[in-house]
Amino acid sequence: MSVNYNVLGLIFASMHDSYVSELTKQRTMGSIPFGGRYRLIDFPLSNMVNSSVAEVGVITKSNYGSLLDHLGSGRDWDLARKKGGLHLLPPYSQTGGIYKGRLDALNNIWSFVEHSNAKYVILSNCDIVANIDFNPVLRQHIDTGADITLIHSRCYYDSEKASCATLLKFDEENHLADVLVDPQISGECSMWLEMMIVTKDFLKSIVFDAASRNLSSFTREILQGRRDEFKILGYEHKDFFTRIDSVQSYYLANMLLLDSEKRSALFKKHLPVYTKIGDNGPAKYGLESKVSNSLIADGCIIEGTVENSILFRGVKVGKGSVVKNSVLLQSTAVGSKCSISSVITDKNVVISNEKVLTGSESYPLYISKDGKI
Amino acid sequence: MYTKKRCVAMLLAGGQGSRLYALTKNVAKPAVPYGGKYRLIDFPLSNCTNSGIDTVGVLTQYQPLVLNEYIGNGQPWDLDKMNGGVHVLPPYETQAGASWYEGTANAIYQNMRFIERYDPEYVVVLGGDHIYKMDYSKMVDFHVANNADCTISVIDVPRSEASRFGIMICDENNKVTDFVEKPKEPKSTLASMGIYVFSWDKLRKYLIENENEANAKRDAGQPWSKDFGKDIITSMLRDGQRLYAYEFEGYWKDVGTLDSLWEANMDLLSPSVPLDLYDPSWKIYSRNSNMPPQYIGDNANIENSMISEGSEIDGTVDFSILFSGVTIEEGATVNYSIVMPGTVIKSGAVIEYAIVGSDSVIESGAHIGKSPEQVENRDDWGIAVVGHNVTVSENKVVEPKQIIGESI
Repeated sequence: MSVNYNVLGLIFASMHDSYVSELTKQRTMGSIPFGGRYRLIDFPLSNMVNSSVAEVGVITKSNYGSLLDHLGSGRDWDLARKKGGLHLLPPYSQTGGIYKGRLDALNNIWSFVEHSNAKYVILSNCDIVANIDFNPVLRQHIDTGADITLIHSRCYYDSEKASCATLLKFDEENHLADVLVDPQISGECSMWLEMMIVTKDFLKSIVFDAASRNLSSFTREILQGRRDEFKILGYEHKDFFTRIDSVQSYYLANMLLLDSEKRSALFKKHLPVYTKIGDNGPAKYGLESKVSNSLIADGCIIEGTVENSILFRGVKVGKGSVVKNSVLLQSTAVGSKCSISSVITDKNVVISNEKVLTGSESYPLYISKDGKI
Repeated sequence: MYTKKRCVAMLLAGGQGSRLYALTKNVAKPAVPYGGKYRLIDFPLSNCTNSGIDTVGVLTQYQPLVLNEYIGNGQPWDLDKMNGGVHVLPPYETQAGASWYEGTANAIYQNMRFIERYDPEYVVVLGGDHIYKMDYSKMVDFHVANNADCTISVIDVPRSEASRFGIMICDENNKVTDFVEKPKEPKSTLASMGIYVFSWDKLRKYLIENENEANAKRDAGQPWSKDFGKDIITSMLRDGQRLYAYEFEGYWKDVGTLDSLWEANMDLLSPSVPLDLYDPSWKIYSRNSNMPPQYIGDNANIENSMISEGSEIDGTVDFSILFSGVTIEEGATVNYSIVMPGTVIKSGAVIEYAIVGSDSVIESGAHIGKSPEQVENRDDWGIAVVGHNVTVSENKVVEPKQIIGESI
């Protein structure tokens, strides 16, 4: 089947904005640039499109100007459709003000969900980057007759380094047995990728029930509070994922893409990641340029040295400059004879000639949007 | 219901491009890759959009599959319009029978109904095989200001090259007084760029006349032709119509031959060539391949080159243009060459002064092309070419000037 009208996609574009407050000052989680030419929302959105999902709603919260600009009509994801397509869902709560938790948000947009003929709903956040085919998850969900299927991955969890992760435990029959939020433990565990498939009628019943009781947190009220009442199963994603919960993890997540295995796990030929098209020229390497172990997007003009770095679209590195272990977002301009090491520059940062900027890999130096140095 | 358009562009994209040999075996010339992420047709289409011309007919005939698929609904060039937009116009059958396009003028003659739907004042006629950035609206303004019937854009070429082009002879007001196709002894150095602006009523009249005259000649067993330069322009001059030359200053390159295609790519690497692909006010649009950024490995050594999305480079690249999804393995060398999309250059292979087509594989130890210095007799030197979907097996050698269309 090339288009599946039986599933509706919902993306929470603003979940966990506060984890990366530097990067979300002028944007929301979903519109954080990632991996040289993407925004975080490109990953869940492409996963849905590649899984034949025909209709996707994007639930926004605050600072969503850049998100709207990025998504436009949804054309670049092939979601500018008459039947189905992309729908941007504004954040206002029926009870006044901006919604609180996931259940409250769903209650506000329920009329959108209701009008869809889909029987199942795929929900995803934007702060976990992975390339997942939802079709096998959906098959398992249907075959088992589950109410909720949670997608999780095995990983090493270190409470010192991660914040606010949800860890799951399943019994031998794959039923949800325990849920820990932000636990003070370290070790091998199953982490919830904050993606799930829920049967629509079931979702409606829990959303309406929560609204009537003024409850808003899905994790607390449903996964923790009522897991014995419902059929909540797990689906293990055995491939690459990375979670962004701080500026440092954002930096490291970008750096992971320099590993060819992880890169090919995230960018698969048959499951491409779509993004807004920039129509930049190819990257240009000047005389005496020296580039190694780096990810370079189109439109870059490199005349200096670049090592172990991620350069987004339209970055310029001048003559005699050395950029190491850094993440330079779109249109960063590094002058000549600069030395940049372990730095994240946000969009349109200008670094004038002969500047030296040094962060450390455990604490990269972040320079905010439009900054001039 | 069609809204009137001031200007409609007609893009002649049906030519075979036979002088590009293996590169146009299965694709029309305007679909030949250029400049790391473009195809030739991106230039006239982007120029149209940037010039405010939103109605374009693309006349196709030879091997149209790739070209049609590439143009699609015109969205990458912003030419997916409710009214106007880009339309691919292949030859078709009528009650009187079917015929191929019998020349550039006949191609437009057969599509007069397309043009008339928009009731335009002016028709811009373009080719699909030139690299240049040009604001056609300025040329139309020039046409209007001179009260011209036809305006031909010209570029000043070196006298030594003038005999390769159609040459315009003009008076001091840029009014064309004579036109000579490829003259042995050129009287001027103003070469036609194959870009015309016509007042539609005049073009219409001459297209019909040419069609009738040529058919009469054919019926009488005489030589005939239905060509813009040869027939339409000549007839208009003969009748004393107002023809003007619009002098274009800027980069313009005809990419009709393998050598000129290679040169036009290399020009992008020369700081003295005024063709800026990074100017946000005049972008050259193209259909995107949705690939991740290029990865440059630990062993890569890249200088003075252009590389596109999805490529993985771990070898040595110097003075070269690499398209999207190209792999250059560790220990492979690419110098002064063009490598088209999806091609793999294996470890130990050497590519010099060559064009390698798309989705090809150059196995390790193979050697494609040579530098001019390595060739004893300069006349034996030329660009080596490997076509699309071709495998060159281990340790094979492709000599300068050699063209490989099938796997060896």
